[in-house]
Amino acid sequence: MIKAWFKSGTPWVWLNAAAVSTCLIMVVGVLGLIVVRGVGHFWPAPVIQFSYQEPGGPVQTIIGEHIDTSITPAAMAKSTGHIMADDEDTLVQYLIKTGNRDITGADFRWILERNIQQQQTPAELMVVERREWGNFYGQLLAVKESGKIIAAGDQAWPAAQARIDQALAIFKEIAHLEKKEVGAINYSLEQLRLEQKRLELNNRWDAAAEQRLAAEKAELEIDYKKYQTQLSELYRQIRRDSLVATTEGGKEIEIPVAKVVRIFQPNTMSRFDKVWHYGAKLVEFLTDDPREANTEGGIFPAIFGTVMMVIMMSIIVTPFGVIAAVYLREYAKQGFITRLIRIAVNNLAGVPSIVYGVFGLGFFVYILGGNIDQLFFPEAAPAPVYGTPGLLWASITLALLTLPVVIVSTEEGLARIPKSIREGSLALGATKLETLWLTVLPMASPAMMTGLILAVARAAGEVAPLMLVGVVKMAPTLPLDGNYPFLHLDRKFMHLGFHIYDVGFQSPNVEAARPLVYATSLLLVLVIVGLNLSAILIRNHLREKYRALEG
Amino acid sequence: MTDQHVRTHAIDVSSVLRDQKKTAEPNETCIKVENLNLFYADKQALHNVNMEMPKKKVTAYIGPSGCGKSTLLRCINRMNDLVDNVTIEGKILLDDENIYDKSVNVAALRRRVGMVFQKPNPFPKSIFENVTYGLRIQGINDKRVLEETVENALRGAALWDEVKDRLNDNALGLSGGQQQRLVIARAIAIEPEVLLLDEPASALDPISTLKIEELINELKEKYTIVIVTHNMQQAARVSDYTAFMYMGELIEMGTTSELFTNPQKKQTEDYITGRYG
Repeated sequence: MIKAWFKSGTPWVWLNAAAVSTCLIMVVGVLGLIVVRGVGHFWPAPVIQFSYQEPGGPVQTIIGEHIDTSITPAAMAKSTGHIMADDEDTLVQYLIKTGNRDITGADFRWILERNIQQQQTPAELMVVERREWGNFYGQLLAVKESGKIIAAGDQAWPAAQARIDQALAIFKEIAHLEKKEVGAINYSLEQLRLEQKRLELNNRWDAAAEQRLAAEKAELEIDYKKYQTQLSELYRQIRRDSLVATTEGGKEIEIPVAKVVRIFQPNTMSRFDKVWHYGAKLVEFLTDDPREANTEGGIFPAIFGTVMMVIMMSIIVTPFGVIAAVYLREYAKQGFITRLIRIAVNNLAGVPSIVYGVFGLGFFVYILGGNIDQLFFPEAAPAPVYGTPGLLWASITLALLTLPVVIVSTEEGLARIPKSIREGSLALGATKLETLWLTVLPMASPAMMTGLILAVARAAGEVAPLMLVGVVKMAPTLPLDGNYPFLHLDRKFMHLGFHIYDVGFQSPNVEAARPLVYATSLLLVLVIVGLNLSAILIRNHLREKYRALEG
Repeated sequence: MTDQHVRTHAIDVSSVLRDQKKTAEPNETCIKVENLNLFYADKQALHNVNMEMPKKKVTAYIGPSGCGKSTLLRCINRMNDLVDNVTIEGKILLDDENIYDKSVNVAALRRRVGMVFQKPNPFPKSIFENVTYGLRIQGINDKRVLEETVENALRGAALWDEVKDRLNDNALGLSGGQQQRLVIARAIAIEPEVLLLDEPASALDPISTLKIEELINELKEKYTIVIVTHNMQQAARVSDYTAFMYMGELIEMGTTSELFTNPQKKQTEDYITGRYG
C-alpha cells in the first residue's frame, strides 16, 4: 500500500511542492516584515499621558508614544530581579518613546503595566520634530518673537504653525544659498587655487597669470560677500522666533523655531490629517538629506548614490563582459587554455566580495588612483583626488565583481544561436565580423541583458566591498551637481545598503533608528526591483524581436 | 553599386546569347572539381572526386546518407572552412579559377556562389531586411535600389505575390515553404552565378516541395544549380545531370535520363532500384 504510494510518485510531487511553498513563504515573510515595520513608521501614533507610580514612589507623569509591548512569564521575570506577586502569571512592560533627549538624556523608557495608574490622550499634547535632539513631547505654552511673547493660550498653536512655515521657507532659502550658490563659489575658488598651484609647478606663474587669477578671485569674493550679507540677514530672521513649551515634568523650555521641522498634535488629528502627515513624511524620507546622524530625515543621497553607482557599474561591466565573451566563444581556439579561462571566470564569481573590496582599495585606489594623482593632479597634493575611495573606484570594483555573471550569460547566449543562422549570413558573403555585428550579437542581446540584470541585482545589494572603496556614512555633496564637470567620479557617496548597516548598528540611538532601518531596507528592495524591472522590460522587448531561437 | 549593375547587365546579355546557340554548342563547364580529397581530422570523407558541372544546368547529387554529397556541395562555396580540423586537397575551379587558391577572398566567393540550406534559416528580421541583407553587407543602401532588388528577388523566388503587402513583417511569421523561398530570394538578391541547394525541400510538405521544384526549373535559366537530394524522384524531376556518390567517392555521373535508365555501374543500379541506401 505504502509502497504503491511511493511508486506512484505522489510523495515526490509533494516534496517539490513543499520546497516551492517554503521558498515562497520565506520571500513573502521577509517582504511582509519589512513592509509592515517600515511602512508603519511614518504614521502619526497617538501621544499618551501616563500617570505612573513605582511602588513606594511619587506619582509621575510620562508622555510618549507606545512603541512595543513585552510580556515575560513570571518565572523569568523573577530571575531578572522583578518582584512578582503570587497571582501574577506574566510581567507586562511597555516601551515608550518619550523623546526630550536634551532634558532626560534618553528617548525611550520601559514602564511596567501594573504601575500605570491612569492613561489618557489629552488633545493639547504636541510633538515637535526638531533638527537636533530628536522629538519633543509636551504642551505648547506660547510663541516668542525676539524674546517677547506674542501669542499664548489658544492663539499660540496657529501662531506657532505660521512662524514655523515662515521659518521653513527661510531655511529652504538658506540651504539653497549655502549649497548651490556659496557651494559653487567655494568650488570655483578651490579650482582657482589649484590652477595657481598648477601654474607654479609648471613654472608659468607670472604677473599676467597672477593678475588674471586675482581678478577672478576678487569677482568671486564680491559675490561671496553679497551672499554672506544675504545669509546673515536670513539667519537673523530665522533665529528671531521661538516656542515655549512644558515637558511632562512641568519644566518650561524654549525651542528655537529655526530648529523645528514640524509640529503636530496627533491626538486631535483626523484621518485625513494623518494621511496628509504620512504623505509629507514619506516625501521627506525620499527626497531629503538625513539629519541627526542619519536616524531622522530622508535618505535621498543614499538612493541617488546607489542608483548612480549601479548605472556606472553597468556602463563599465557590459562592454567588458560582452567583448570578453565574444572573444572566448567566437575567436579563441577552443581548448585547454579557454577551458582554464572559463574555470577562472566561474571561480571569480565565487570569491567573497570583501576580497574584491580589498583588491579595489589596494590596486585601484592606492596604485591606480595614486598614480593618476601624481600624473594629472600634482597641484592638489597632498590632498588626494583619485587616490582616495570614490564613486569611480566603487563602480569599477563592482564591475569586476559582476563581470563573471555577464561573461557567462553572454557566452550562453552566443552558444544558443543556431549554426544555421551564422551559415546563412556567411553564405551571403558576410565576413565573420559582419555576421557577428549584424546577426549574432543582436540575437544574443537578450542574454546580455539577462547577465546585466543579474549583475545589477548583485551590485545594488553589495555593501562589504563598498565600505572600502567609496561609500561613506555622510556625503556632503552628490556625485552629480551643477558645478563643471557635473559628474564627479572622485567623490565619495552614500549607499542604501551601507546606510542600513550604519543606521541600524552604528548609530548612537539604535532604538529610534530601527523603524528607519526597515523603511530603508524596503526602499533598497524597491530600488533593486525597479532597476531589475526596467532591465527585464528591455530584455523582453529584445526577446520579442529576436524570437528565432524558439523556431 | 555601379559594378553590380554592369555585371547584371553582362550576365543578362550573355545568357541571351547562349540561349540562342544552346542547341548548337556543347555545354560550357562552370565548376570543375579536380582530385578533391577531404579529411575530417583523420577520417577521409571525400576520395579523389573529379567532376564537371555545366553552366545553367541543374546537377543533382544523390547517394545514401553520409556518402559525402553535402560535404562536396559545401566545398564549392568553402563552407567547410568553418569546420575545425578539416583538410582539403585538390582543386575546385570556378570559371577556371581555383577557389582554394590563397588569393581568393572567401566572402567574395560566397557572393558568387549562393547557398540554400536544408532547414529554412531566415534571420529574425523583417522580410525586407532578409532579402537586402547581402546587399547591405556590400554597402548598398540606396532605398530605390534595395526596393527594386527585393521585388525582383521575391518575384524570382515566386514569393512576391504572397508577401508584397507585409514586407516589414518578421520573416519568422512565414510558413516553412515560404521561409525556404524567402531564403532562396535572399540568395538570388545578390545575383550569384551558382546556387547550391542542400536538400532544400527535405523539411517541407509536398505542396511546398512542388513549388520549390517548379522554382528550380525557372531558376536554371539564370543560374548554375547544384542540388543535393535524398529523393531520387526529385533528382529525376529537376536535374539535367546526376552524380551518384557512395562512401565519399563519385561512382558515376551522367545526364539524368541516362543515369536513371541506363546506369553504367552496378552500385548505381543497386541504389536507384532501391536495393540499398
